[in-house]
Amino acid sequence: MRVESETWLCIFGVLVAILLRCTTSLHPHSGQGKPPMFGDYEAQRHWMEITVNLPLNEWYYNTSRNDLEYWGLDYPPLTAYHSYICGKFAEFINPDFVALNESRGYESEEHKLFMRYTVLIVDFCLYIPAIILYFILTVKMYKKSDAEIKTESEKQTIPISIQLSIILALFYPGMILIDHGHFQYNCVSLAFAIYAITFLCIHQNILASIFFCLALNYKQMELYHSLPFFLYLLSTCVPKPGQNAIAGFKKLFKIGLTVIITFFVIWAPFLTNINDTKQVLHRLFPVARGVFEDKVANVWCALNVIFKFKLNFTNESMLRYCTIVTLTAVLPSGADLFLRPNVRKFVPALINSSLAFFLFSFQVHEKSILLAVIPVILYSHIEPLTCFWFLIISLFSMFPLIVKDELVLAFVALTTFYVAAIHIILEYSKGKQTKSQTPSNSVLTDMKQVLLDALQVQDGESGLAFVRNLIEKREIFYDLVQYAVVISSLIGCVVLMLLMLIIEPPENYPDVFPLLISAYSCVHFVGFFIYFNIVQFKIPQAVEDVRHIKLKSD
Amino acid sequence: MISIAFLFISCVKLLLIPSYHSTDFEVHRNWLAITHNLPISKWYFEDSSEWTLDYPPFFAWFEYFLSHFAKWFDINMLKLDNHNYSSFNTILFQRLSVIVTDVVFAYGTYQCTLAFNSSWRAKVVLPLLLLANVGLLMVDHIHFQYNGIMYGILLMSLANMFKERYLSAACWFTVLLNMKHLYLYVAPAYFVYLLRNYCFTSKMFIFNLKHIIQSFSVKNTFRLGAVVISIFAISFVPFLHQIQQVISRLFPFKRGLCHAYWAPNIWAIYNVVDKAAIVAGKTIGLNINNTLATMTGGLVQEVSHTVLPDIKPFLTIVLTATAMLPALYKLWSSGSNALNFVRCLVICGLTSFLFGWHVHEKAILMTIIPLSILSVVEAGDAKTFLLLSTVGHYSLFPLLFPNSLLLIKVTLYVLYSCYAFYSLFKMYPLHLCKYSLPLLNSLESLYLIGLIPLFLYENIFHHMFSLSASLPFLPLMLTSVYCSFGVTYSWLKYYIYFLNKCDMPVKTVKKKR
Repeated sequence: MRVESETWLCIFGVLVAILLRCTTSLHPHSGQGKPPMFGDYEAQRHWMEITVNLPLNEWYYNTSRNDLEYWGLDYPPLTAYHSYICGKFAEFINPDFVALNESRGYESEEHKLFMRYTVLIVDFCLYIPAIILYFILTVKMYKKSDAEIKTESEKQTIPISIQLSIILALFYPGMILIDHGHFQYNCVSLAFAIYAITFLCIHQNILASIFFCLALNYKQMELYHSLPFFLYLLSTCVPKPGQNAIAGFKKLFKIGLTVIITFFVIWAPFLTNINDTKQVLHRLFPVARGVFEDKVANVWCALNVIFKFKLNFTNESMLRYCTIVTLTAVLPSGADLFLRPNVRKFVPALINSSLAFFLFSFQVHEKSILLAVIPVILYSHIEPLTCFWFLIISLFSMFPLIVKDELVLAFVALTTFYVAAIHIILEYSKGKQTKSQTPSNSVLTDMKQVLLDALQVQDGESGLAFVRNLIEKREIFYDLVQYAVVISSLIGCVVLMLLMLIIEPPENYPDVFPLLISAYSCVHFVGFFIYFNIVQFKIPQAVEDVRHIKLKSD
Repeated sequence: MISIAFLFISCVKLLLIPSYHSTDFEVHRNWLAITHNLPISKWYFEDSSEWTLDYPPFFAWFEYFLSHFAKWFDINMLKLDNHNYSSFNTILFQRLSVIVTDVVFAYGTYQCTLAFNSSWRAKVVLPLLLLANVGLLMVDHIHFQYNGIMYGILLMSLANMFKERYLSAACWFTVLLNMKHLYLYVAPAYFVYLLRNYCFTSKMFIFNLKHIIQSFSVKNTFRLGAVVISIFAISFVPFLHQIQQVISRLFPFKRGLCHAYWAPNIWAIYNVVDKAAIVAGKTIGLNINNTLATMTGGLVQEVSHTVLPDIKPFLTIVLTATAMLPALYKLWSSGSNALNFVRCLVICGLTSFLFGWHVHEKAILMTIIPLSILSVVEAGDAKTFLLLSTVGHYSLFPLLFPNSLLLIKVTLYVLYSCYAFYSLFKMYPLHLCKYSLPLLNSLESLYLIGLIPLFLYENIFHHMFSLSASLPFLPLMLTSVYCSFGVTYSWLKYYIYFLNKCDMPVKTVKKKR
């Protein structure tokens, strides 16, 4: 049996991705050796301590044994259960890891290794399979439905093959740096979200809603993705022309029941007492923490330079404004998804919704960009250049956090690796596509050829021919302009990062570089937000629906 | 291709910067301090640290050169009495110096690929097999040493040999010898090949002594001698008045037959047989004086055997030389065949590794790296390469003992080995049996697959059976003995393959333009 060489490449790619994760875990974690509060690493360890030692009804309460001021549990129950399982293992390995109160700020080589392994395991078992599964299933599905489509224009070409997309998705440094460097378990909730997206794309709506409930109950940030899920699932329940309404209700009932049961199972221990439920909900949505904390690349933080929101509005009114603006921003893409449903719109709709939340919502962290990153990664095989540009900008927006965590070395290595991989794979894919037409596979050589042709014409004939020739080859010019824009934007990133590393900020503006980086990224994100909205609108309504309409009119 | 592969691999190396480093890190820091602060007359006398300078002068100069950059990172690492100093900047500087000097290795690789026809074998597979060599990654970038630059010089020398530029090949090899004298292992192959092809100009590959002797070229011999001697002179003349001290530092025969962790060679098997004899003797009730049998204690440098006769350094030298002779004779008779030269070089390296005195496990790279060039030339070489590299790299695992490296070393190793099998199988699609690894027969496949239970035992079951207290060195012993069978087998197999090789020069090598 011969396996295709690209599949082998993919296997090696996955191994390399594992290697990158393992090696990154050698680097420092957030708050390493920084008492009294340490960082997210200590938060996760503290949750293990709390969940292992205290009874379940004390987890979310401020008691004499549970000081919520010190990294109190503020994630949904699934995170708490996960912490409990990890905590049990920790207790088995070394009870000092999770000794109540005694273990605060516990740091040792052994413990770091243990914590790193807990992330590596969930990453290997959930996230990596999720990415692989998504690309294999959805691309197959696209191809199958493409075969049904008769008209050429509606077919979606996929510039990058499944295997290469998987490799690039797994190489994305942001996930590696935040989970295995900074230390968090983002891969769990995001993996659940990816499973949900995958199942939704292959029309397994029940499975999709189960997985999305899991994701939402692991991290409430998944709310960023909730609107497209809700709207799309709802749209599938709207009876198609020619179907009767009861079928729609049946679907709705099934999905609703699934969601309720899943939630019930997860929340069961907290439902015995209504106060418990309220307390957990209160912990999950901390209004008091303000519109943003550190510098973050969203609109409020950028506008804050001109207008101090925190001084002029109370948190409550700010929350209201934020919610209104966010919902307004999601509205166009949400309405489009609901009224003209198409599975292919779903991932762009997720991008738009999560970006809208990131840009306009209340209490945003710089790490929340990962929620927008995931759908972009899942769209990268369809629109490579823009998606990779977005992904690199998203990395750049997290740079101040990276500097704080002393992960610059890992950042530089992983990003260089990633950019080089993108470069090679784009060139390779382009070369493979255009093999039959032109032998050249690099934009620059294309360009040179066009210019040479144009100049030759100019010698003999009038200038008009020169222009005409250029217009004929305008696609290549369009490519070149695109490349030029991307590259100059990336150069801007590099310059800002170098400035931040080299120059001491002036005393009265200690945060000037993080702010500049946030503003620079924010401008990009607004641009991407508009762009992906346009992308979503350009995708037509699903074919089967259109057919039904035609049938009806016949 | 080479530059982009080098970039990828350098990124991985950067990620490895914070990993565990061995005492060799302090050795090199100390040498930086010695060469930076002391006049050269004291370089080889300084002994305030236990890590005295024991490499030849060119390497000392290399450290001196590096020390000028070290100043920019952290001046404190250059203080002589600052033992075991390892600030973040010191680590960064030392690690970066290895990563940057690996450019020489990349250049050597490039030169080697130029020597072959421009097929994808040479353009893709060879650079990847060389640049991503997992042994080098483990030894240089985790354990910490400067092998990359030296193997780079060796590759440059080999590339010159392929292009029949004998003088530059000799020149580079002499430079290499003056950086690390360990390369004396392969010097016999150089000597015979240069003598046969440069000092005697006859290109006849049929053994016709009279004809060859008539073709002796005084001019060439003189040129070769001048190059070699002048390089040695540049290196050693400044140290001439203390030459005895230098020599005693370079060749410490007071160290034991085996290194702390036994390299997988003949002597590892010999030690185990000795051990087994003691145990067997005890069970049948013989009275054996067991006080000296500390070999498996692992940390003792000087050891003596109990049942079997002790081994003296002289014996190992005689054994090594005798075992090399047939290969050297074959090299002499095969005329100007650069591929046979590299084959003989591999055999010389392996022979020294197997029979040598106080061999380090890292020396196995000296055979794996040249063999990777040959592996893209012929299937026979590829077979031995796959076997030897898989076993040889595995035998380096005990160097990286910290638990934090477990997953990293396994991933690196699996990646490299899988790639080697995959790419070479694609090149030579041979399946010898139905159930065997590509290019290998069933016995060899079984042996290689046996590494998996061995690994599992060492890392999991040994601790599970709580044997780590009573038999702490058993895993190390098992590794070296198991691997030594593989290395010895590869040596025998390759030796037979080489001796049976047709004497006709193979035309894959480009002639000089």
